[in-house]
Amino acid sequence: MTALLPRRGLAQILALIVILAVDRVVSPQFFDLRLQDGRLFGSLIDVLNRGTPVALLSLGMVLVIATRGIDLSVGAVMAISGAIAASLADTHGLPVVLAAALGAGLICGLWNGFLVAVLGMQPIVATLILMVAGRGIAQLITEGRIVTFSSPDLVWLGNGAVLGLPVPIAIAIGMLILTAAVVRGSALGLLIEATGGNARASELAGVGTRAMILAVYVWCGVCAALAGVIAAADIMGADANNAGLWLELDAILAVVIGGTSLFGGRFSLILAVLGALIIQTMNTGILLSGYPPEFNLLVKAVVVLAVLLLQSPKFSGIAAMIARLRGTKA
Amino acid sequence: MENSPDPAPSLLEVRGLSKSFGAVRALQEVDFTLRAGEIHALLGENGAGKSTLIKVVTGVFPRDAGIVRLGGEEVAPRSAKAALQAGIATVYQEVNLLPNLSVAQNLFLDRQPMRFGIVREGEMRRRAKALLADFGLDIDVSAPLGSYSVAVQHVTAIARAVDLSARVLILDEPTASLDRHEVEILFGIMRQLAKRGIGIVFVSHFLDQVYEISDRITVLRNGRLVGEREAASLPRIELIRMMLGRELAETTSARAAAGEQMPREICASFENYGKAGYIAPFNLELRHGEVVGLAGLLGSGRTETARLVFGAERADRGQARVEGAPVRLQSPRDGVRHGFGYCPEERKTDGIVAELTVRENIVLALQAKRGLHRPLSRREQDEIARRYVKMLDIRPSDPERPVGLLSGGNQQKVLLARWLATSPRLLVLDEPTRGIDVGAHAEIIRLIRGLCDDGLALLVISSELDEIVTYSDRVVVLRDRAHVEELAGEAIDVGSILTAIAADGASIAHEGRA
Repeated sequence: MTALLPRRGLAQILALIVILAVDRVVSPQFFDLRLQDGRLFGSLIDVLNRGTPVALLSLGMVLVIATRGIDLSVGAVMAISGAIAASLADTHGLPVVLAAALGAGLICGLWNGFLVAVLGMQPIVATLILMVAGRGIAQLITEGRIVTFSSPDLVWLGNGAVLGLPVPIAIAIGMLILTAAVVRGSALGLLIEATGGNARASELAGVGTRAMILAVYVWCGVCAALAGVIAAADIMGADANNAGLWLELDAILAVVIGGTSLFGGRFSLILAVLGALIIQTMNTGILLSGYPPEFNLLVKAVVVLAVLLLQSPKFSGIAAMIARLRGTKA
Repeated sequence: MENSPDPAPSLLEVRGLSKSFGAVRALQEVDFTLRAGEIHALLGENGAGKSTLIKVVTGVFPRDAGIVRLGGEEVAPRSAKAALQAGIATVYQEVNLLPNLSVAQNLFLDRQPMRFGIVREGEMRRRAKALLADFGLDIDVSAPLGSYSVAVQHVTAIARAVDLSARVLILDEPTASLDRHEVEILFGIMRQLAKRGIGIVFVSHFLDQVYEISDRITVLRNGRLVGEREAASLPRIELIRMMLGRELAETTSARAAAGEQMPREICASFENYGKAGYIAPFNLELRHGEVVGLAGLLGSGRTETARLVFGAERADRGQARVEGAPVRLQSPRDGVRHGFGYCPEERKTDGIVAELTVRENIVLALQAKRGLHRPLSRREQDEIARRYVKMLDIRPSDPERPVGLLSGGNQQKVLLARWLATSPRLLVLDEPTRGIDVGAHAEIIRLIRGLCDDGLALLVISSELDEIVTYSDRVVVLRDRAHVEELAGEAIDVGSILTAIAADGASIAHEGRA
């Protein structure tokens, strides 16, 4: 079984350390932590807390990408589950609210999985359908308004604390452990990597590739729904227009930064989450530095470019050649 | 076709062409001569080097050594486009034009008649129509190319190539998806072009068509030139011998004698098993401890038989039985569940998962068979991998190496290990020795015999007839997607297999049923 943190994670950890160091320079109190009302506060906690939705999305996305797929609909699924949770929060108990919201995510995942695995549609097109339609569905649920709620249970989910940690962070850690246990504790991880690496060969080896693909889209939908509930709980309301908007791109970026190739195959759950944290650390750093937030987009673009260059075999070929030339000259 | 006593001057001359991909020598000092105005068939089994030769001549791949002369002048095109400009045009089986553009736009792609920077649509249509009329085609040239039959698309591609002043026209399996009438039309066009002095290279595995249209035949095998003959004076059996045989020492079955000593139990049987448009219904019995060889030319239905037997393709008639009990084989999963294993011919696309390790590739089928909830622990995986790496002598012996980095022979062994780990009752091997160096080749054959002695049932496809003769207890001969003859015991030798492959269709059908 592949170790949770393979050696190839070194680049990501170094990147995170560098960005943290930069953040420390622009904001000297960056590493300060204080405990208040049984909850930790500080920039680091903010990074983790804000990073939770994308981290959750990336947990599902990394499995989808490992099968050589992609899920563009996760932002829209967040909006749907947030809208459902907000609409039910003041009239139903938390278990019902959660079951309804996560159930919606599961159905969305089944739909995507059905289109890709059974009908054989290209993942990018198949999930584009729900990306567009999902936001419409969310708007129908909220009837075009911003639905607010005051249910203390749901508010706690977004703003409470467990053992000093904000609840969203605890949930994200729990989901990482759960996903890792299911994927690496069963044969799922190997079979997903085989399916993504070579679907034809895996099929001929007796792997149920369709079931694998269906399963990863379902899990991706559930993760997105959970992220949607947390995002709604955080602001005590559901805004169908803006909840989860463009977050699918951050999730894909997190997975790519985490070293999982868009061509499928090998994946790492923990590095995908680390990728989400890298993105959030950059976001927070730019906000703290006082640069306009628009700057954020540019920096992200540069990081994507750098990561993709490092992954490209042609680029590493050129880099190796330059290194050789230097070596012979010296 | 040639009436003059002097042979026509050679138009395209290839001398000493070599090309390797990594350690695999795809072409070794191949010579090829095409005369102006002749139709020259280029023949060989899969992996013989036909497409590599075409691609090197047309500049798709760079060559390692050798020269190419066109009309006496040396040429070295660096791309298919440069080859086209030099006068060498290729039309591939899958027509490489743009189906969503109109026929006229396809014909004049890249060179539309223009005035003031605007394409003159009317002029282009008029010229397209005139051009196709030359080829006996009267169609609406403004309709999308994709709306026409493959035959029309082929003719369009040929017309475009000829209009680009091609002197050499290479047709790669042009008749594969044409019906009889369309083939006639295409052949008419080919003869007409040859009369105009164009040299045509015809790649096909339909031997009837080859004899019908070709003046001369060049045969390649394993990347080497076997010979160049006049079609009219080359008996069909001799041609097949050139394509399949090696030196063809009269090898007889080493297993034949032993085979008759004890009756063997039937492992799996297939009764009137077939699929319409895929392979004609066949009867096949596979017994424990027995190797059944499938022999035939490319496209004769060998792989099709293998895929039906394993369950990779669904039969639409007939009954399969495993150990006497009727079973349904709807998918590879069914095959695996019943204890079948299948090493496909295309190792890279259908066999290995290149980026996963040797260990992961070996345990894949076993894990899939056990199901998700019963994962093999890392210890069990390591043990299985170590056992088979040792048993099959897989090199390098590091089970954690990505399998894509191994040589072809070792990849083949990893695939064998994958199935052996599932303790199968039947193994289907499609060209297990293709693209493997000589040492590994002998080793794989030894393995096949060893497995058989352990009581496994084997169904083995190979284009190497002497190889099939060496290890088979029975040989099923296929032609035109049907099983035509079954040889057993003493009757197995290269000569009788060749005769069965080459025999005239009608008479063999009689013999086969008699």
